[in-house]
Amino acid sequence: MGPIDQAEAAPHTGRRRRFSQLSRNDKLVLSVMVGVPAFLHIVLVWIPAILTGVLSFMEWDNVTPISSAEFVGFRNYWQIFTIFDNQLFPALFNNLVLIVWLFLCSAIGIGLAYLLDKNLKGTRFYQSTYYFPVVLSVAVVGFIWKSVMFGRETGLLNLVWPGPPIDFVGDQTKIFEINFPFLDFPLGLSKNFAALLLAMAWRHIGYIMVLYLAGLKSFDPSLREAASIDGCSEWQTFRRVVFPGLKPINVVVAVITVIEALRAYDIVAALSEPRGTEVMGTLVTNSLMGEGGGRVGIGSAYGMVLFLLCVGFIIWYVVNNFREAKE
Amino acid sequence: MSEKYESSPSPSEVGFSLVSRRTLLAGAAAIGGAAVLAACGDDDSSSSGDTAGATETTAAAGGGGDLGEVTYGSNYSDPKDSAAIAAAVEATGLNVKINTVDHNSYQENFNTYIQQPDDVVSWFAGYRMRAFAGKGVVGDISDVWAKLTDMSEGFKNASTALDGKQYFVPFYFYPWAVHYRKSLFEEKGYEIPATWDDLLALAEKMKGDGIIPFAAANDGGWPQMGMFDMINMRTNGYDFHVSLMGGKESWTDDKVKKVFSNWSSLLDYYQPDVNGRTWQDAATALGKKEVGMYLLGTFVTSNFDPATDPEAQGIIDDIDFFAFPEIDPAYKQDAVEAPIDGFMMAKTPKNEAGAKALLEAFGGAATIDAYIGVNPAVVAANSAAKTDGYNALQKKSAELVGAAKYISQFLDRDTDPDFAAKVVGKALQDFLADPTTIDTVLATVEEQKQTYTFE
Repeated sequence: MGPIDQAEAAPHTGRRRRFSQLSRNDKLVLSVMVGVPAFLHIVLVWIPAILTGVLSFMEWDNVTPISSAEFVGFRNYWQIFTIFDNQLFPALFNNLVLIVWLFLCSAIGIGLAYLLDKNLKGTRFYQSTYYFPVVLSVAVVGFIWKSVMFGRETGLLNLVWPGPPIDFVGDQTKIFEINFPFLDFPLGLSKNFAALLLAMAWRHIGYIMVLYLAGLKSFDPSLREAASIDGCSEWQTFRRVVFPGLKPINVVVAVITVIEALRAYDIVAALSEPRGTEVMGTLVTNSLMGEGGGRVGIGSAYGMVLFLLCVGFIIWYVVNNFREAKE
Repeated sequence: MSEKYESSPSPSEVGFSLVSRRTLLAGAAAIGGAAVLAACGDDDSSSSGDTAGATETTAAAGGGGDLGEVTYGSNYSDPKDSAAIAAAVEATGLNVKINTVDHNSYQENFNTYIQQPDDVVSWFAGYRMRAFAGKGVVGDISDVWAKLTDMSEGFKNASTALDGKQYFVPFYFYPWAVHYRKSLFEEKGYEIPATWDDLLALAEKMKGDGIIPFAAANDGGWPQMGMFDMINMRTNGYDFHVSLMGGKESWTDDKVKKVFSNWSSLLDYYQPDVNGRTWQDAATALGKKEVGMYLLGTFVTSNFDPATDPEAQGIIDDIDFFAFPEIDPAYKQDAVEAPIDGFMMAKTPKNEAGAKALLEAFGGAATIDAYIGVNPAVVAANSAAKTDGYNALQKKSAELVGAAKYISQFLDRDTDPDFAAKVVGKALQDFLADPTTIDTVLATVEEQKQTYTFE
């Protein structure tokens, strides 16, 4: 701070004063711009999150005054992990499957974006076709698939399918099963959840495609030219030049993919959550909302499990980001 | 309002107006015709708009001005229902302010609402009333019941909490029964089965004729609860059923296993892939005569819409029902499942005298007559209500319930709604997906039941 500080400070008042490049006005704007979101964030996100954490150690029916809530220690957690294990673990497993699946979809979306960026004939048509599902709310997507595509008697998929009709919505038999020593039932991908994955892919691919396309448009074409002059194949150009060059977009895509997978709720709810399709989101809301919502403690415990999963991912992301910033 | 299928515990049914809206689109406006209890079909679409704010209407003050203003929290949000309830309120002659809330939101938020309610509130009979009575958040109205003369014993039981006091006034109901097509039964010479053996023999006969004996839906996880209720009440009797619902019996009891073994013998005659089918799709199969019988609430007719389908009226007129057959002669057909809608009073109403006067009036014949005059889709709880305007199914519903010794409310109304949806509902789905797993399934139910306190 040395020279500039002194030089600037001297003509001022002669007093030693830390120089700030910010005018009073700037400071005001800054504190409003940082302060208001921070305040809202703390009040609307962190305080409820902490209160949820507190509630997860209590038993409260949501009807009698909150003062009647009883502290029950880890009982709610013990219950969801041991007694409701046939709901918690399939839900966690499904969320895990979703993460893997949506990353696959993201890869397809990126591939599509790369193709569309080539200015193929009819690019705009493809673009709007793929993007169409994204405009719809997930609940609407679920509704469309349930009524138009999946119906056992009248669904499009079953009309096309030559074999005996398939119950896409209700069939909870597993496609594959994995046995875990700590569970007395196998975990696996049930057929109805697999069908639901299709519906989610339909939406997610378009979403990622548009996002990536925006990134590709801003990518410096001279780099690509340089690569091709150096004799890179198309794949090498993408793998070695374009993909690393779009690092910021890649991170956004990864974050969005994980978030979409963890927060999945509405599409499952729209398909009326048959057995086999449970995800953490539905477990949380079912315990907290509606008339059956008399189990605030249990619902909060489910919520905290989901929260810890998210926090785990956030920490990984932040640590990764900082490491790169250092480099 | 009529919330047969909204009574489903699953948020997908309760919360997702989209799904329900479609049911509506599918079965819309069936109310127009003779459709019994059709109102459920359409309320979602038309009322989802007023979800946000309660609308206030003040019914004309008649002679009851002395009692001052009474507030009434109504979930009759569908235009036709709200007009009907307004007519009913007007028939009381009291000065009533009606606060109407969209019925889905009403139910979703009832836990919160009942902490600061209006003087009189809409609600459901049975466990769902008792749960709130037990928590001490609604008012004792036993003195009102002392003045209600035309209510049968069954309705009084359904309005009585565990402490022996009454907290509820029934308004109307809609029974569950086995629906069938009269013309199909005539054509094939089928007879109404009186016993379980008759039922299985009839099913076998239908199978031989190339008809699927039982329409079966379970989308949303609630339709098959009705089948469980019926088989349990016929096999083990109403008292055991209530006790089981109240958490007092073990789900691994042989009596419960007997229910499922009986049920298993029926599954051979079910439409395949039960869990994914909506009740509307199953009803459509009944309409096409692809299936012979269908256990559902009388709202099944709302699936057929004379406004869009010229054949619908013919189907509606051709649908009849019979009481679920006897399984154990000890219990005959003495229990019938008929969800009852009605009213409760706030714990500390601002105008207690007025609230009680309003409840007494709701329990009388004049109000339900006025209601049915506008919306002829339900059956009055009050035995003195006019029945000459009833259509054939309404009349039969009234007889069925009138003759019953016991009235159950439906599984998710007879026990903790959370237990019904998350434990029993899931268990039934597991059972229907693979009936051989029933022992594990019941053991899980029993284990998870321990985490509930019940009333």
